[in-house]
Amino acid sequence: MSIFLNENSKVIVQGMTGSEGTKHTTRMLASGTNIVGGVNPRKAGEKVEFDGRSVPVFGSVDEAMSETGADVTVVFVPPKFTKDAVIEAIDAEIPLCVIITEGVPVHDTAAFWAHSNSRADGKKTRIIGPNCPGLISPGRSNAGIIPADITKPGRIGLVSKSGTLTYQMMYELRDIGFSTAIGIGGDPIIGTTHIDALEAFEADPDTAAIVMIGEIGGDAEERAAAFIKEHVTKPVVGYVAGFTAPEGKTMGHAGAIVSGSSGTAQAKKEALEAAGVKVGKTPSETARLMRDLLSAPA
Amino acid sequence: MDLFEYQAKQLFQKYGVPTGLGEVATTPDEAQAIAERLGGVTVVKAQVKTGGRGKAGGVKVAKTPADARELAGQILGMDIKGHTVHRVLVDPGAQIEEEYYVSFLLDRANRTFLAMASYEGGMEIEELAVERPEALARVPVDALAGVDAAKAREIVAAAKFPAEVADAVVEVLIKLWLAFVGSDATLVEVNPLAKLADGRVLALDGKVTLDDNAGFRQPDNASFVDVESTDPLEQRAKEKHLNYVKLDGEVGIIGNGAGLVMSTLDVVAYAGEKHGGVKPANFLDIGGGASAEVMANGLEIILSDPAVKSVFVNVFGGITACDAVADGIVSAFDLLKAHGEQVDKPLVVRLDGNNAELGRQILTDANLPGVQQVDTMDDAADKAAELAGAVA
Repeated sequence: MSIFLNENSKVIVQGMTGSEGTKHTTRMLASGTNIVGGVNPRKAGEKVEFDGRSVPVFGSVDEAMSETGADVTVVFVPPKFTKDAVIEAIDAEIPLCVIITEGVPVHDTAAFWAHSNSRADGKKTRIIGPNCPGLISPGRSNAGIIPADITKPGRIGLVSKSGTLTYQMMYELRDIGFSTAIGIGGDPIIGTTHIDALEAFEADPDTAAIVMIGEIGGDAEERAAAFIKEHVTKPVVGYVAGFTAPEGKTMGHAGAIVSGSSGTAQAKKEALEAAGVKVGKTPSETARLMRDLLSAPA
Repeated sequence: MDLFEYQAKQLFQKYGVPTGLGEVATTPDEAQAIAERLGGVTVVKAQVKTGGRGKAGGVKVAKTPADARELAGQILGMDIKGHTVHRVLVDPGAQIEEEYYVSFLLDRANRTFLAMASYEGGMEIEELAVERPEALARVPVDALAGVDAAKAREIVAAAKFPAEVADAVVEVLIKLWLAFVGSDATLVEVNPLAKLADGRVLALDGKVTLDDNAGFRQPDNASFVDVESTDPLEQRAKEKHLNYVKLDGEVGIIGNGAGLVMSTLDVVAYAGEKHGGVKPANFLDIGGGASAEVMANGLEIILSDPAVKSVFVNVFGGITACDAVADGIVSAFDLLKAHGEQVDKPLVVRLDGNNAELGRQILTDANLPGVQQVDTMDDAADKAAELAGAVA
């Protein structure tokens, strides 16, 4: 098992014919992802070759879904067009929409999130991102830009705001392996949160323990800590980046900023520790904590 | 990007929010001339992007143009919480009867927008929120529905504004919302929104934060950039599209990915505790696909920072292959040499992940002066801190 993405997932790519879309579609195919189509209204009906694999292009998400049974879309379209692409995916009721695009205006993210919530028939589309590396269930499927060759299938679940820290942590624990690793993104508004992923990992029989990686800004880690205390029985180790970040400076991610007394790494660490989460000072110490947990007698 | 008060009020005016906006002066003479044009009492206000200006003596009432000149002379050049005052705003004086607070902002936790309003304005909103939370109304705003007259009335009612100003505040809220959406802001705040003796309701001070991601559709927002207060290294980095933040330590940092670079800063700071308290000198994320050119640009900026005593290049090859990064470092040295610059600071390089062995081999073969490789992030951070500490 895994969460959100598995060997049966049928993936389409919005923005497949752009440079990023082309590059990463090639990589996803190489790692075994079942890519069933791309979406581009101007190239509908064409086929695109990827290392000998021919992938059809459809005019809309809706058409791609009815033709192929796709249930996952990965969005690479530029920031200008991201809102419309996501709204199209929501209206087509695709179960999972993974937005890789970086630099989406937060008013646009707020708008497609509100649109997703305003649907009378309830929310049918899980949104991951924007500005995220996507998710991988090693050995099963890979939706996004996470390198597939870092590690293997295993029993750790990982949820992280940061892409490279996700890769670093997968690498540190590569001999144990992962059920699913999700990068939820570092923007101020994101679809799937730490809490959503924790809840899914808790319910996943193949996930034995969870690594949660946070960073400065907002209070998502504090809310995740409260959720862990109440609802998560599996062991969780945590890591928070940005202890030395000064107030008022944005550290790369649009959401990574310490404002006044809120959003500090220290506050997040304390909240997690109060919820029984062991928090590492560095990525490698965090990996050691996870090893200790998994090797301790149950 | 945060705006100065005068820029915030210019933005308000553009969207029809009533403000008592005067003019900006950079010299005492200009301040006097503005005060003469405005006539009557004026207020001379330091333009700095921090709160507590009043308490710091950065806001003064001038009875005459000569007073305005003298006060501007005192305020210009003043240091307020580390911000130097380069400009003053000379506003027309106002006879304030009551002060209110209104704002729209991003509500990260609820993934929507929020209106905040209070009948008790004037003080810092953080203080009001702590001391009199019941006096601060918080009303969620749907991103799609926005703020129409009905929503504005809901906010006014929740904040218990007095009946005689209700209509005026509703007007202000509707226009302020247009400014919020129209400029792609993540915060628009009016504090105080004042009721004057003549009955007018005006935005007497404003705070605005704009979303940098919206630059592609907000060409006007670029004009708000405060070039003279931007660190010169940050300015150069920006011109080369590098994500760089100047910090006050000695170890230059280059890495890929915002989270990993943030983590690198922490690991270097921890290691620095053992080496005379050295700290990271900067944040620099070269992002994915680190080409030789990007690497060279990054190294050039970091090496030109006189505070930097050693450099730590920390790369986890995800999409980026480490051999490409190593090639980048080698060409960076060549490029710098071609520019007539010499790399005279030690470089510690840690490469892991995709093609790490190949990358390490390239660096070993290149045998660059002062470059050493360390296998793990923690050990490399320690080495870089040690080298910086030895020089300092």
